[in-house]
Amino acid sequence: MSQAKVPAWVNVALIPILNILLAFLVSGLVILAIGENPIEAAGYLIYGAFGYDEGIGYTLYYATNLIFTGLAVSVAFKGGLFNIGGEGQAYIGGLGVGLICLSLDHTMPFYVIAPLAIIGAAVFGAAWGYIPAYLQARRGSHIVITTIMFNFIASSLMVYLIVNWLKEDGRMAPNSRTFEENAWLPYLHELLSPLGIDIGDSPLNLAFIWALLCCVFVWGLVWHTRWGYQLRTLGTNPTAARYAGIDTAKVTIWAMLISGGLAGFVGLNEIMGVNHNLLLNFTAGYGFAGIAVALMGRNSPIGIILAAILFGALYQGGAELAFEIPTITPEIVVVIQGLVILFSGALEHMFKDRIEGFFIRRAVA
Amino acid sequence: MTNKTMPYAIELRDISKRFGAVQANKDICLQVAAGTIHGIIGENGAGKSTLMSIIYGFYEADSGHIEVDGQRVQIRSSEDAIQAGIGMVHQHFMLVETFTVLENVMLGAEGGALLKQGIDAARIELQRLAEEYSLDIDVDAIVEELPVGLQQRVEILKALYRGARILILDEPTGVLTPQEADHLFRILKALKEQGVTVLLITHKLREIMASTDNVSVMRQGEMVAHRETAHTSKEELAELMVGKKVRLTVNKDEAKPSQVLLSAKHVSQFDSQGVKRLKDVSLELRAGEILGIAGVSGNGQSELLNVLSGITTMDEGEIEFAGETISAKTPKNAAQMRDLKMAHVPEDRHKMGLVTGFEAYEAAVLGYHNSAAYNGKILMNRQAMLDECKTRMAAWDVRPPNPHLKTANFSGGNQQKIVIAREVEQNPDVLLIGQPTRGVDIGAIENIHEQIVKLRDSGKAILLVSVELDEIMALSDRILVMFDGAVVGQLDAKDADERTLGLMMANAFTDPDSEQSNEKGAAV
Repeated sequence: MSQAKVPAWVNVALIPILNILLAFLVSGLVILAIGENPIEAAGYLIYGAFGYDEGIGYTLYYATNLIFTGLAVSVAFKGGLFNIGGEGQAYIGGLGVGLICLSLDHTMPFYVIAPLAIIGAAVFGAAWGYIPAYLQARRGSHIVITTIMFNFIASSLMVYLIVNWLKEDGRMAPNSRTFEENAWLPYLHELLSPLGIDIGDSPLNLAFIWALLCCVFVWGLVWHTRWGYQLRTLGTNPTAARYAGIDTAKVTIWAMLISGGLAGFVGLNEIMGVNHNLLLNFTAGYGFAGIAVALMGRNSPIGIILAAILFGALYQGGAELAFEIPTITPEIVVVIQGLVILFSGALEHMFKDRIEGFFIRRAVA
Repeated sequence: MTNKTMPYAIELRDISKRFGAVQANKDICLQVAAGTIHGIIGENGAGKSTLMSIIYGFYEADSGHIEVDGQRVQIRSSEDAIQAGIGMVHQHFMLVETFTVLENVMLGAEGGALLKQGIDAARIELQRLAEEYSLDIDVDAIVEELPVGLQQRVEILKALYRGARILILDEPTGVLTPQEADHLFRILKALKEQGVTVLLITHKLREIMASTDNVSVMRQGEMVAHRETAHTSKEELAELMVGKKVRLTVNKDEAKPSQVLLSAKHVSQFDSQGVKRLKDVSLELRAGEILGIAGVSGNGQSELLNVLSGITTMDEGEIEFAGETISAKTPKNAAQMRDLKMAHVPEDRHKMGLVTGFEAYEAAVLGYHNSAAYNGKILMNRQAMLDECKTRMAAWDVRPPNPHLKTANFSGGNQQKIVIAREVEQNPDVLLIGQPTRGVDIGAIENIHEQIVKLRDSGKAILLVSVELDEIMALSDRILVMFDGAVVGQLDAKDADERTLGLMMANAFTDPDSEQSNEKGAAV
């Protein structure tokens, strides 16, 4: 009701920025408490994330994963579904990529492997989203519970598969053999250096471009197709969806398939882009961070890109910070990340009413 | 009754409450004498529940105040209400089903960190209450194992245990069998004899007449009349409830009904609790006529609309429409019904007819979003949607004519025009239309009525559901009256008058007892 009077930039920009500032303020107090200078720390963090080419490369590499998982969460959320299972879907998506690469890298060229790997990531991730979706749509099991459970199942399944089936013979490490180079996604710095552009040596690879394309895809799908129309109707008013004759079960299932597929693309970046083998725990919590990214990005592709870059910067700048000031351990960096998630995710409405109230009063006066 | 020395048990002065554009309560004044049973009657949506929520501290009134025993009180929460001696029995019980009666009663009043002491005290107090008010109950029984009537008794005990001297019961008989209801009223009488003041909220006239001392009538958020029960009648209350306004006139010629377009045969439906909401409804809808469904809201009209439009499926019976037979075994969903050229303007445009977060042009294709007119090969044809929305907004005088405005930000009348335009412009054979002018301003009402008559004259069949008697009488060619899920009367619009319809709507036209015993099996 109040939306009529509150300027759009308040919700889109002012409130998120306030939340982040508050998170940094509290982080500053934490750093002060362990006897370090918060200003100096902030300097290292920002320089580490954005101050030089490699730093930016790393920031965007982390952001790539977060864009995929953020989009995954947002598509489900547009349909009123809270997909907590991005982690597991990403993990299984990586399995899809790994299997394609392992089976084809001796026989096929890159331009055959790459599209198949994309399909593999999407199909495997989607399959992992399908089961909870089916259970929700047809059997009434709550998707939050089932997707959480499927994270654990994915984790156990991957350990089993890698240790028993995919591990390189005669090696102790629980990972597969390294793929041949024709199954590697090229690094962006390699692609750009022939053009005389030097962006520094970082793991940033072609998956980042794919992530941006996915943003365009999601934007078109959600806002400009009739399926997206049905999805948004279901997400905002399920009663109206039934009135409109929308097959809510079908839309629910497709939303989770697309969500799972998007999460699965994390495997492209990690398995095909950086590690070049199939290994354990490469998802490293990106699936969960994607929830915060989607929340902060207000479920819009542009917002998700920005939020993913912010979180990527925290990962990269935080690592740099822990290196430069040894008393600030990686655990403290995780605390800072946690605070940002806390203030921009869980507490995002803390100031909302008061700020909106301020603008409404101002508009009335 | 108007004893000056004795203050009222509860007195409301000029209570007003607004939710956005809806004035739920307007300048409500109410005086309830101590030790009486006071009924508050009104249709669903008349503002009764809002008023009670204000008394019990769930909402705060925008203006006005409350006095208890002559003392002005501030009730900001249910704790305040309990402090003031007000107890409430909700329509839907607020009990912990897996707890015993005793545990439920003492919940929130445990009296210390360890339970033992509280349990002992509560047991003694409950015994006293049970004797004083003849509220027998096994205090160690698990609540979910008790029948509904006894669960309600637990709620009453809960209120009394907290020292309530004023007891509010919100639609207490909605979930009870007739026998349980009778028992409840005996309990209320016993309470009254012990000096407890009872506020009884209901839309059932029979209960008011049978059990109250005084009655107040609410309509559209206002308190329209206060009566002593002994000096009023069902007829008067029915009339007060539905209102007697200047009769709307609609210019229309004699209907020329032709072939039957839709026929429903013995349609029944149960809700998820197994209660029969539609009872053996049969009707025929002919081309070129408006069939009005009258009835106090909540008597099965919504269920009927939902079944006919394919939103829900019936459990028994069948519908014949457009050469298809639709039944529990061969259901059709809302999209399939639309394809057979049935349009539906739902009763509640916010909950069902619109997606209020959508821009107008998006909401204007809801249900028809798969139509080729709005779609390209892959993407939706936004320009076509926008152009059509603009054309319709001009034709139907929707203000402001801005297809990008969020539907939530249009006024009720304009929202309704968006919905009706969407359904009518699809040129359906049958139009189901629920509460077409609820929350719509006078100017728009006329316009909407004209459009409905125009549609009829072009040979379409219209099923009109409305709780506004005026509207039913002004528009319909034939009227069916629904009560408690069944069609209880049928008349020609020419023979309908408010009194007859009002009595039929209250099911006072037939013997209420025989009607009640029929539903016993279903209600349990």
